[in-house]
Amino acid sequence: MAKKITIEPVTRVEGHGKVTIHLDDQNNVTNTRLHIVEFRGFERFILGRPYWEAPVLVQRLCGICPVSHHLAAAKALDVIVGAGVGDSLTPVGEKMRRLMHYGQIFQSHSLHFFHLVSPDLLFGIDADPAIRNIIGVALKHKDLAVQGVMMRKFGQEVIRATAGKKIHGTGAIPGGINKHLELEDKELLLNGPDPVNADKMVEWAQGAVDFFKDYYKKNKDMIDNFAFFPSNHLSIVRKDGALDLYNGVLRAVDAEGNKILDDVDCQEYNKYIEEEVRSWSYMKFPYIKKLGKEKGWYRVGPLARLNTCDFIPTPLAQKEFEEYKAINKGKPDNCCLHYHYARLIEILHTGEMMKELLNDPDLMKGDLTVKGTKVKKGVGVLEAPRGTLFHQYEINDDDQITLANLIVSTTNNNEPMNQSVNIVAKTWMNGKPEITEPMMNAVEVAIRAYDPCLSCATHALGKMPLEISLYDVNNELVDKKRT
Amino acid sequence: MDNTEKIKFVIDDKVCYAEPGQTILEAAKSNGVYIPSLCYIEGVKPPGSCRICNVRVNNRNLIACTTPVAEGMIIDNDIPELNELRKAIVEMLFVSGNHFCPGCEKSGNCELQALAYRFQMMVPRFPYEFPEKGVNATSKYIFHDRNRCIMCKRCIGKVMKDEKHVFAYNSRGGEHLHVVMDEELASQLTEEEATEAMDICPVGAILKKERGYYSPIGHRKYDKESIGSDIEKK
Repeated sequence: MAKKITIEPVTRVEGHGKVTIHLDDQNNVTNTRLHIVEFRGFERFILGRPYWEAPVLVQRLCGICPVSHHLAAAKALDVIVGAGVGDSLTPVGEKMRRLMHYGQIFQSHSLHFFHLVSPDLLFGIDADPAIRNIIGVALKHKDLAVQGVMMRKFGQEVIRATAGKKIHGTGAIPGGINKHLELEDKELLLNGPDPVNADKMVEWAQGAVDFFKDYYKKNKDMIDNFAFFPSNHLSIVRKDGALDLYNGVLRAVDAEGNKILDDVDCQEYNKYIEEEVRSWSYMKFPYIKKLGKEKGWYRVGPLARLNTCDFIPTPLAQKEFEEYKAINKGKPDNCCLHYHYARLIEILHTGEMMKELLNDPDLMKGDLTVKGTKVKKGVGVLEAPRGTLFHQYEINDDDQITLANLIVSTTNNNEPMNQSVNIVAKTWMNGKPEITEPMMNAVEVAIRAYDPCLSCATHALGKMPLEISLYDVNNELVDKKRT
Repeated sequence: MDNTEKIKFVIDDKVCYAEPGQTILEAAKSNGVYIPSLCYIEGVKPPGSCRICNVRVNNRNLIACTTPVAEGMIIDNDIPELNELRKAIVEMLFVSGNHFCPGCEKSGNCELQALAYRFQMMVPRFPYEFPEKGVNATSKYIFHDRNRCIMCKRCIGKVMKDEKHVFAYNSRGGEHLHVVMDEELASQLTEEEATEAMDICPVGAILKKERGYYSPIGHRKYDKESIGSDIEKK
């Protein structure tokens, strides 16, 4: 008898989603889907609002990465107010935004790795769910848990110092920033008492990379083979090919490292990227136009970024990058769980960048904004913690927004996450007579690797009830289990 | 003028002195006593429209911004009963408009929001109306969001161009009553005049175009001290 398994909600991810797995008479997986079950509607209700409200309004999409939306919107509006793109802002405008952005990525990555992922690594995918959570980590690995909490705190403090609040600040305005870095904050972040200072953060970030490398050595087979599949990868990179999370040009490579897109101006992203709508999910499916729907989907996020960039412009992260790239002899990395490895290298990079910027005198002086001739359209693209984030706006003569299109990072990873779910379901569930909790968690581990922010607003930390329903071939409910 | 020639009154058990002709609100202010209000603004005949400043004299509720202070008045102002009434009015103003503080650029400088904090409003007790009164963005420097208007009439009394009122009521009353902007006059306002108009509005109904969120969080009017504390410090 054919069955349908539903995993809802998916746990230890940001937002709410569910997975359905269809089994045939022999309990082989025939179809899998990751559904996004929430609808946001920001692109609609922002219409008619004055354009300068966008960075503050749209960041309310998310409680985890509001800074990314805040900055992507501000970058799009830089174009609209005639301030230009990229490095055309004043030094303080550009650098304060970058500092805010690095603080955001640092805190978000830390939250994901230490709070959401480490339980799977420390206790195992099949461990008792009662201990396989952040409380379990805090009880058994106190030092690691404290580092996770304090690293997140540091990132949040950086955001507060640049945006005015730890969540949903107002720092970036069209054409620049609304404040200089205050001396008190600079001192606190650079020379504050341990552990909340930049030196300790870089040290701990290096420690986190080392922790993962050690884990990887001991569990290489599992890490390399879990939900492995080849894919395209997309991100922005600096003009010279360096990893740049804030500004750059679009680049996409295939599974072998051949460039599909290179040096693409972000203002023209919609000439190269298309979105497909499928009836069973509120999340769209983006793809690279010239490859078509079937072959054009791609991964974004830390794994993709380290696959597209040529180098990392900070010394410690570059050293780790070289070691990491050697695993695949320089070829793109298509291992799902290597997302964690790449993410930790990015934590180290952002730690180094924050330290460098905090020592930069430009943050405390100079004009805050620039302005030029207004135009009607603007696109802002940056690398959010979870991947490439696109914001596009158009305005009318009265300064009202007439069009808003957002391709959120997780949206880009929609098809890869579905692929991952499919592979893990087949590997773990094919032909098995009973659904076990570890099987379901394995599906979630694959999704979790992408650090998805499913609704990009709500977020669920820790254990949420997991419901599995069995349906027969006529879609009649046969059995239901709730953990 | 020494105190013997002034009007003697008591407010919240404090003996105070007022100039003849002062309203209770003005007299209280000059004696360091804050009476909350939203529609009152210096230089304009008080409309008494918001009713927040109601005080109690001889068991009667009076509007402090329109009632002249009188010799021997004993006034209750900062008492739980009145503050609860004021809080209810603030809540009514919140639900009768679309006041979404998280995205509003007046947040931190908004008097309605500041009063809500002062009265420790958590959530309105009344159902939201979600009005659809529309916006007017035709002026070069002003974005007029009627859904945030609290009908205080400050802009009607104070925002002028060539001695003509830029803002006015659209009718005499009823549910469709709202403040409208004269597009022709508004388009003649200078950038400075538009900024002044934004400052006159106690909420975020009148916005100066292209200047949103220029005050960093922590440096906005009510970030550090609650509304009225400047008066109470005197």
